[in-house]
Amino acid sequence: MELLDFARGPGLQIAVLIFVAGLVWRLVHLFLAAKKSDISEARMGGARAGGLKTIFSRFRHHEPFRERTRNGSVLAYTMHIGLVIVVLGSAPHILFIESFTGLDWTPLPTLVIHLAAAVTVAALLVGLGRRLRHPVLRMISNFDDYFSWLITTLPVVTGLLTVAHVGGRYETLLALHILSFEAFLIWFPFGKLMHSIIVFGSRYTTGITFTRRGAKV
Amino acid sequence: MSKVTEKYPLDTHEQRLTVKDPHPRHDTQGDVDEDERLRRAMANFAKNMNRTTATYMEACVHCGQCAEACHYYVQTEDPKYTPIWKLEIFKQAYKRENSPFGFFYRLFGFKRHITVEQLGEWQELIYDSCTMCGRCSLICPMGIDIATLVGQARHGMFKAGLIPDELHEVAQRAKEEGSPLGATASVFEDRAEWMGDEFDTEVNIDQEQADILVAMSSIEIMKYPHAIGATAKVLNALGESWTFRTEGYEATNFGMMAGNTEWQKAATMKIINAAIACGAKLVVLPECGHAYGALRWQGAAMYGKPLPFKVQHISEFLADVISSGRLKVKKVDQTVTFHDPCQVARRGGATEAPRVVMEALGLDLKEMAPTGDFNWCCGGGGGVVTIHRADKLRYKVFELKMDQVEATGADTVLSTCSNCRQSYNDAKEHFHWDKNMESLLELVAENLVE
Ligand code: SF4
Ligand code: SF4
Repeated sequence: MELLDFARGPGLQIAVLIFVAGLVWRLVHLFLAAKKSDISEARMGGARAGGLKTIFSRFRHHEPFRERTRNGSVLAYTMHIGLVIVVLGSAPHILFIESFTGLDWTPLPTLVIHLAAAVTVAALLVGLGRRLRHPVLRMISNFDDYFSWLITTLPVVTGLLTVAHVGGRYETLLALHILSFEAFLIWFPFGKLMHSIIVFGSRYTTGITFTRRGAKV
Repeated sequence: MSKVTEKYPLDTHEQRLTVKDPHPRHDTQGDVDEDERLRRAMANFAKNMNRTTATYMEACVHCGQCAEACHYYVQTEDPKYTPIWKLEIFKQAYKRENSPFGFFYRLFGFKRHITVEQLGEWQELIYDSCTMCGRCSLICPMGIDIATLVGQARHGMFKAGLIPDELHEVAQRAKEEGSPLGATASVFEDRAEWMGDEFDTEVNIDQEQADILVAMSSIEIMKYPHAIGATAKVLNALGESWTFRTEGYEATNFGMMAGNTEWQKAATMKIINAAIACGAKLVVLPECGHAYGALRWQGAAMYGKPLPFKVQHISEFLADVISSGRLKVKKVDQTVTFHDPCQVARRGGATEAPRVVMEALGLDLKEMAPTGDFNWCCGGGGGVVTIHRADKLRYKVFELKMDQVEATGADTVLSTCSNCRQSYNDAKEHFHWDKNMESLLELVAENLVE
């Protein structure tokens, strides 16, 4: 079997299986933890609405924090927006998603995708440099941080190499690109990439607690 | 050849000439072996793990932004004061023992067992350098309430006998004598009588029936007793049916701050039982931040069901009676700034109440920047002010407050927390600073329209 066939066939199936099983187990584990209800008398109603509001409001720092967090926030946004554009805007990705879901939409111009991918890689590199050099980030970082960085960066880099036909046969590059995405899927439930789902739970919970108190969320 | 070791080089730059900070030392309580300490620490940390805290443990992306909200990091730039780092060993233990892939970590030895030495090292991070002010909880992009996790880590540390001695001592006194600072019931009664004379007002104690039960902070009873007279004067001016009760007059909760849930519950239950005994519909809590959190937000959990009365911080009570026109106050020609106690404002939601009162007093309020929910902590909360070895760090973070206050140009700082007040006044003395912190309640009592 050619590498590309493996990547498109059994490779993808295995990756999706591990992804789904890991994801379900991690979420079930959280839901199995005892739920602690707050029986203090709420100052304000609308706790659930406050929880939902917090999911959105924490996309931006409160004004007094903005100055000290600017660099980190700009980097994080550049990287995340870049990834969304590349993943959801490129024609081959849309075809891939359509083959599973039947959904499709208009792709963005190739130039935009290439530019976004290049900017994303640059942001990822600067992010890595910052993690290695900033005293706080260096101290708190662990294997998960660096491995998740690698596993996020590889699909973007291999994707760029594939469209540019640089570094090998197109089929090989495409196979590597798909395999790197599969590695991403496999790692997703085990490490911090899960934040893209858990973030909703943690923001919502904090939003509920402090909305009940009438405090700032 | 000198026999002096170079382990502790001389420090000749400080006021007090000494050697440079020795390695962190930690206190221990109880006579148990190290394995047992470790087991207790982890078991009690895990015991309180619920869906909310487990979600927090899983959500961190190690972005480091919480450091930028914490006065300890901002003032020292020492990365060990990064809020989430203060929980690092507990996070590791969680990953190994409680997380969805714990078996995996154990099987492959990915997360090492933590040691009792590490727990000892972390004592400084969990107690000396965290006031549980919750500023970091407001900045975290993942919405992790780090202050709550620190509280949970303290449960583990307490059971392991690994908390600072001073905090243990005052918490134990509170449990055994009814007050952390020697304000026993008879001392309280004496002081209440004295304040009744001083304010020429009736201080009601042990009334059988009353609509309002009032409690005091030990810090007020021992250091700022005018709070007793001021409270009585306001309540009498309103014609309220109110009382102190000697079985539940103390509102502080050092058991909570130290991390002992049983002691926390015992202290809370005294007030709850006192309120039930006199049929109170409302419990008014004194100018104390953590006392408010302990009863207003955690009281029902200690009681096991919703509280059969309302709970207000004195600033909320004053704001209500002033807004409804029941209490009239004179205008005061004074320029002030206001220090928001973290547990009343940021963590408690009563940020506006003191501002309503200050407006009624006609004060020229110069807000600090940042203020309200984002105000910097005084550095003395969470029991930190009791810990002597933390003094130097506490003064360092207090410099932030001094800069904030100076920038407002106000002469007087008002607040509604006696613990903040004692931290301010202690630091004021240390720095020979000329700014006073005064009580908003006392200012109201001095300016009643009679
Ligand atoms: S700000 Fe929140 S997500 Fe970022 S390191 Fe701190 S706790 Fe973790
Ligand atoms: S709660 Fe306050 S003192 Fe504690 S880590 Fe967070 S910001 Fe720092």
